[in-house]
Amino acid sequence: MKLKLKVWRQEDAQDKGGFKNYDVDGIDGDMSFLEMLDVLNNNLVNEGIDPVEFDHDCREGICGSCSLQINGEPHGPDRRITTCQLHMRKFKDGDEIVIEPFRATAFPVIKDLVIDRSAFDRIQHAGGYISVNTSGNTQDANSIPIDKQDADDSFYAATCIGCGACVAACKNASAMLFTSAKVSQFALLPQGKIEAHERVLEMVHQMDKEGFGNCTNTGACEIECPKGISLENIARLNREYLSASVFS
Amino acid sequence: MSVLESKIPEGPIEKKWTKHKNEINLVNPANKRNIDIIVVGTGLAGGSAAATFAELGYNVKTFCYQDSPRRAHSIAAQGGINASKNYQGDGDSDYRLFYDTVKGGDYRSREANVYRLAEVSSNIIDQCVAQGVPFAREYGGLLDNRSFGGVLVSRTFYAKGQTGQQLLLGAYSAMNRQINRGKIQSFNRHEMMDLVLVDGKARGIIARDLVSGNIERHSAHAVVLASGGYGNVFYLSTNAMGSNVMAAWRAHKKGAFFANPCFTQIHPTCIPVSGDLQSKLTLMSESLRNDGRIWVPKHEKDAKAIREGKLKPTEIAEEDRDYYLERRYPAFGNLVPRDVASRAAKERCDEGYGVNKTGQAVYLDFKAAIERYGKEKAFTSGHKNPSKEEIIRLGEQVVESKYGNLFEMYEKITDQNPYKTPMMIFPAVHYTMGGLWVDYNLMTTIPGCYAAGEANFSDHGANRLGASALMQGLADGYFVLPYTIGDYLAEDIRTGTISTETEEFVTAEKEVKERIQKLFDAKGKNPVDYYHKKLGRIMWDKCGMSRNEKELKEAMEEIKELREDFWKNVRITGKAETKNAELEKAGRVADFLELGELFAKDALERNESCGGHFREEYQTEDGEALRDDENFRFVSAWEYVGNPRDAKLHKEQLEFENIELKTRSYK
Repeated sequence: MKLKLKVWRQEDAQDKGGFKNYDVDGIDGDMSFLEMLDVLNNNLVNEGIDPVEFDHDCREGICGSCSLQINGEPHGPDRRITTCQLHMRKFKDGDEIVIEPFRATAFPVIKDLVIDRSAFDRIQHAGGYISVNTSGNTQDANSIPIDKQDADDSFYAATCIGCGACVAACKNASAMLFTSAKVSQFALLPQGKIEAHERVLEMVHQMDKEGFGNCTNTGACEIECPKGISLENIARLNREYLSASVFS
Repeated sequence: MSVLESKIPEGPIEKKWTKHKNEINLVNPANKRNIDIIVVGTGLAGGSAAATFAELGYNVKTFCYQDSPRRAHSIAAQGGINASKNYQGDGDSDYRLFYDTVKGGDYRSREANVYRLAEVSSNIIDQCVAQGVPFAREYGGLLDNRSFGGVLVSRTFYAKGQTGQQLLLGAYSAMNRQINRGKIQSFNRHEMMDLVLVDGKARGIIARDLVSGNIERHSAHAVVLASGGYGNVFYLSTNAMGSNVMAAWRAHKKGAFFANPCFTQIHPTCIPVSGDLQSKLTLMSESLRNDGRIWVPKHEKDAKAIREGKLKPTEIAEEDRDYYLERRYPAFGNLVPRDVASRAAKERCDEGYGVNKTGQAVYLDFKAAIERYGKEKAFTSGHKNPSKEEIIRLGEQVVESKYGNLFEMYEKITDQNPYKTPMMIFPAVHYTMGGLWVDYNLMTTIPGCYAAGEANFSDHGANRLGASALMQGLADGYFVLPYTIGDYLAEDIRTGTISTETEEFVTAEKEVKERIQKLFDAKGKNPVDYYHKKLGRIMWDKCGMSRNEKELKEAMEEIKELREDFWKNVRITGKAETKNAELEKAGRVADFLELGELFAKDALERNESCGGHFREEYQTEDGEALRDDENFRFVSAWEYVGNPRDAKLHKEQLEFENIELKTRSYK
């Protein structure tokens, strides 16, 4: 396959940035999207041009590093996958592909396609934990039976990989799906209930402080989420938030 | 007399850890506030250690190259975590877990460390549940277990196929709490470039801020390296792209001995290589071997026709298939340990029976399982005479409920439907049992420098069992280091803050900068990946699943030549004062080019076959590994003296007082 790439290039956070056009040849359908970028970068290094910077690490869809907006969609034109799991067989010879970083005020560009998602970390610092020491002197793990449905729902919320596709997909750049997944994981478990009120208030407060937009229930986040995190989590966050605001 | 002091406490094995904890020094809470600890790497070992140190009151600085600690590669672990809870009442105990781990490691690990691991394993599960880790549960609300890796009990706790992710997020949540309290300073997108020694003690690191390119000095009273394994020396592996040996190798060059570098785990069930431009291999969980049958065509002409695309696997009749694991190992069949399964696949492919375009793959077939489950399901639903289609439809439903997410992942990558045609798999580099040598306290041969998790060598011997890596990472971080580090730091209560203005820090920083400059100065013609791929090829061909004297010697020469060429002809674009992925890769590959040579040397000098280390010269008549307990019952700990090939060998003799040494047999 031969492809025409339109890639966002930006020297650093201060630079305005813009698109550059590159052609790549010899792309095989079995290659992943990031391996296609490896080919491009190898070509660029051979020509003495700085390669395109992009975040990636595990390349198996679980670390949440990769964060590309491809032809206007977070993680590209397939569902329930990250960019590293997108394969070139989804494209055809001669296609033009536009590659940008995830766009959001709260995710400033560091360089080229690399963005700063530390806002997500700060939301987690604000309350994404249960206050229990790691000394090991807790009660036996089976002394708190947990309803299987709650345990499963908590697990599904906890499968969020923190990639930021939900923010990039949202017209308001809202981080509600991400924040609600963390809130839900703990709110569904008896261990997490004790601090539930403080947690939701602190995390939402931090989320607003970081400059993410409001949620208007459009649902684009759920569609683009590589892990299929459900909108039900947002509903749960809203209930938790309301209850915390009234009772604390 | 060896310079290696393992510091194993006296007494019966089940009392050693308790006795040790009672006897070591403690630091009082007020003094802990005046003591700083650096933790490099934020996976299960590093993340859990950092959180616990901070809870105890120490000031902690963590470093990771990723943009968040939560992305460390522990996150990719799929299957589960072992613990000797005996919730299933199937006869599990600390001793059994200890025994299985030592035996699985082919008797090349240290008894006392492994026993301690088994002893604290139950605590890990309690801890994780208290933190809100959503493990799989049964309908009654209690925790579920599954069996794993050919042991005789069900001791594996899991969270679907994402156990590593859930445990890491648990450790990260404990870190979050301490970051919020100001007790942990988390330096993300930072890479440790060197270890700084003052008066022979580890007192800090030089780190590069990967965004600004700034070279920074950080001091502490102790440094913990939890930087993972070195599987990426093979270029293609199941490790993350950024996984590297830099922190451990820098420590090695400053005096930390490197133990058993040649002990590498090659995992049998990975998705095969599809082309030359592939960057990474994906693991398919070992649990698939519970129901999948592994085979290649019985006739070479069929294998050839498949490779050429003229024949489909489903067209090969039952009697023309060779279920080689069931044939060679009737007792364990498809559930032999990882090292045995991997070698058997290689043997078939080397003989010309491999499938896929490349001939480097074997089939993992679920047809029999689908039919078996389908019949069972039809029977229990009251269909006494189901049609073939009905059986397959029901059978596929059962298989989907067990392995659905793995089948989906396979189809995304290969574009083939594993319900209809057998999966193709091939072994791939997955885990490194070798690592920095540590004593019972997890301290390296540099005072104040500790190694935890995959970065150390201590618990898995020559082969790791499934679901034991997560257990070891968290055991080291939550339950071992927080005690043992206090014993060392008790001497430092009056030391005060370590200055970063001393000559040692200045010199170390200067050396790091010179090294970076030297990489740019090569101004050659080849990108970093060119060297990494070449190194990987040498390692895979000559230091991979089976090794021999001639090829190991060749590998040492070839790696040395490649390294020399690298420093002359590598091409790094861009600048050092900015984010520069090429420069990051170059630094890591430079270290792999040194480690690779030591790896080959270690494999060359270990004249026996054990676990993942198979030397062709040392095998039984029917091709099984031949261990030599009389001459090689030791840990090889290498001291750096200038060149990797000149490294000096120190031996830690392994004593087995609680387990009888036996030949592992799976026939």
